[in-house]
Amino acid sequence: MMERLQFRFDGGHRAAVSNACIVGVVASGNLEILIEPAPQTDACAIEISTAANGFGDVWQAVMADFFERHRLGGIRISINDAGATPAIVSLRLDQAIEAFTRSAPT
Amino acid sequence: MNARTAPPRIWNKRAQRRASRLERAATRLGTRLTGKLVDADAIVALLEEAIEAGDRVCIEGNNQKQADFLARALIDVDRARVHDLHIVQSVLALPEHLDVFERGIASRLDFSFSGPQAARLAKLAGNGQIAIGAIHTYLELFGRYFIDLTPDVALVAAQAADRDGNLYTGPNTEDTPVIAEATAFKSGLVIAQVNELVDVLPRIDIPSDWVDFVVQSPTPHNIEPLFTRDPAMISEIQVLMAMMAIKGIYAEYGVNRLNHGIGFDTAAIELLLPTYAEALGLRGKICRYWALNPHPTLIPAIEGGFVESVHSFGSELGMEDYIRARPDIFFTGPDGSMRSNRAFCQMAGHYACDMFIGSTLQIDLGGNSSTATLGRIAGFGGAPNMGSDARGRRHATQAWLTAGTEAHRGNGAAPRGRKLVVQMVETFREHMEPAFVERLDAWDLAESARMALPPIMIYGDDVTHILTEEGIANLLLCRDAAEREQAIRGVAGYTAVGLKRDRGAVAKLRERGVIRRAEDLGIDKREATRDLLAARSIKDLVRASGGLYQPPKRFRNW
Repeated sequence: MMERLQFRFDGGHRAAVSNACIVGVVASGNLEILIEPAPQTDACAIEISTAANGFGDVWQAVMADFFERHRLGGIRISINDAGATPAIVSLRLDQAIEAFTRSAPT
Repeated sequence: MNARTAPPRIWNKRAQRRASRLERAATRLGTRLTGKLVDADAIVALLEEAIEAGDRVCIEGNNQKQADFLARALIDVDRARVHDLHIVQSVLALPEHLDVFERGIASRLDFSFSGPQAARLAKLAGNGQIAIGAIHTYLELFGRYFIDLTPDVALVAAQAADRDGNLYTGPNTEDTPVIAEATAFKSGLVIAQVNELVDVLPRIDIPSDWVDFVVQSPTPHNIEPLFTRDPAMISEIQVLMAMMAIKGIYAEYGVNRLNHGIGFDTAAIELLLPTYAEALGLRGKICRYWALNPHPTLIPAIEGGFVESVHSFGSELGMEDYIRARPDIFFTGPDGSMRSNRAFCQMAGHYACDMFIGSTLQIDLGGNSSTATLGRIAGFGGAPNMGSDARGRRHATQAWLTAGTEAHRGNGAAPRGRKLVVQMVETFREHMEPAFVERLDAWDLAESARMALPPIMIYGDDVTHILTEEGIANLLLCRDAAEREQAIRGVAGYTAVGLKRDRGAVAKLRERGVIRRAEDLGIDKREATRDLLAARSIKDLVRASGGLYQPPKRFRNW
């Protein structure tokens, strides 16, 4: 049974126009992250579909810390999780943001 | 009136008993005994004559090698004659090691490690079929073989024997010398199973004077490759932790003499030496002398010039030819093969190493750690010995003095050094089980199994550092229990223990350098990829060894 979670963070600065990117794979202990520009909003919207149920508090803390690190708005993040630990989740999020910001035209 | 005089004490009872057992065995076996050599089909008969009810029997259940033929024979003895044995044994590995209790042949047990039989041991102890004396660390148990747990009969395993009964134990010598010496020199009986009988041994590891019976087993004794880790399974998080260990601890303290507890975390460190540590200019400055089994994952570091010497507890299947080709590194005999020795390696790890680093299943707020869980009695192995401060140590090294200074800042006590004891653990284990807990499962196990103390593997007051993917907590710099608690919470990540941290207190600890994150160590997390590993697969290890390493079948995935 997949659990669905949603988070929204305001107050970030708008990302430069970029292409959508995907990092990670849906394999046991791993996760897939899609970051897309969402130019119609200033918020950072995150939607998670996870195989590990009952860890809402942990996801909340991980996402809050992630937002604090980068403070990026105008993006939509979709996560497909197959039981990755918070360490892997944070690592992939940072990798995704890096790929996303790198893809912005200069 | 005549005073009653006590009968004179007999001072050689043990020798007399020994003589009568040898005589009974010779009579019962007849032509099936030639000198010390016993026919394989007479083994149960031998054990029935050599062992008496109530005896203390040591079966060589080592970590790697098992006297399996003798263990199988023991469970077939007539229990009307042989019963109530007190088993003293390093490792319970085979089902037969517990069958002997279930069949009413043995009733009491003192041991060190039982990983492979942990669940069944818990069940049998729980329903009263086994009375556990105590769980020991290896060196402690070996020590008791010379004090109050001397075996009456020892069942050991060797690679080969000659016609006189000299034994060659070779690379997997392991516990045999300490068991045989304790038994032989208190008039006990030593019975050895061997893989082959030869005219001339490559070398003599156990002299025939210490051996009473030798039997060639129909199949070679079993040896498990317990210390082989496939580099393909090492994750980026483990690479990051290994980078922090090398830069934040090994380089910082100048750790040249060490032991790695088994695990993928430490395998990652071994594989980062010739790459990451080399790039940091650390060759010749860290990791030169090891108390370690011959881990295949150490091959690149040896080839890369980091390692000067390795002494081992046991050998590792597949490494024999590589070891033969590197006699300057490993402890090898004039015959060219290695000799391991668990007792001496444990002793070296305690007194002659500056650091132990290993993983665990659970850590509490005091830094106490345990692998005990309800329903499993797994024991300790060597960890309590390797992972404790050596208070009898007197010689100084830079690492020991630095840690000692950190530990004893102005506390008024006489100055001393300190061994580095590092617990390295990811904050969450598989299935999102937290590694950090408020209360160890060990307490529940102690209650249910009626143990005197909770089975804590490494005590918090021996731990000097805790390393997770979130950073390193230096417990030596914590001034009281409250700081220690926050230092631990401060590296406990998103576990319930970590989420309850006092953010202000943790920030202050970070300012003081009690907690250091990857960024504080100058480590860029983006560099933590598997590309940094000197070998990324078993095949890479074979290549690094120049084709000398021969992985056991189960690791050959190509």
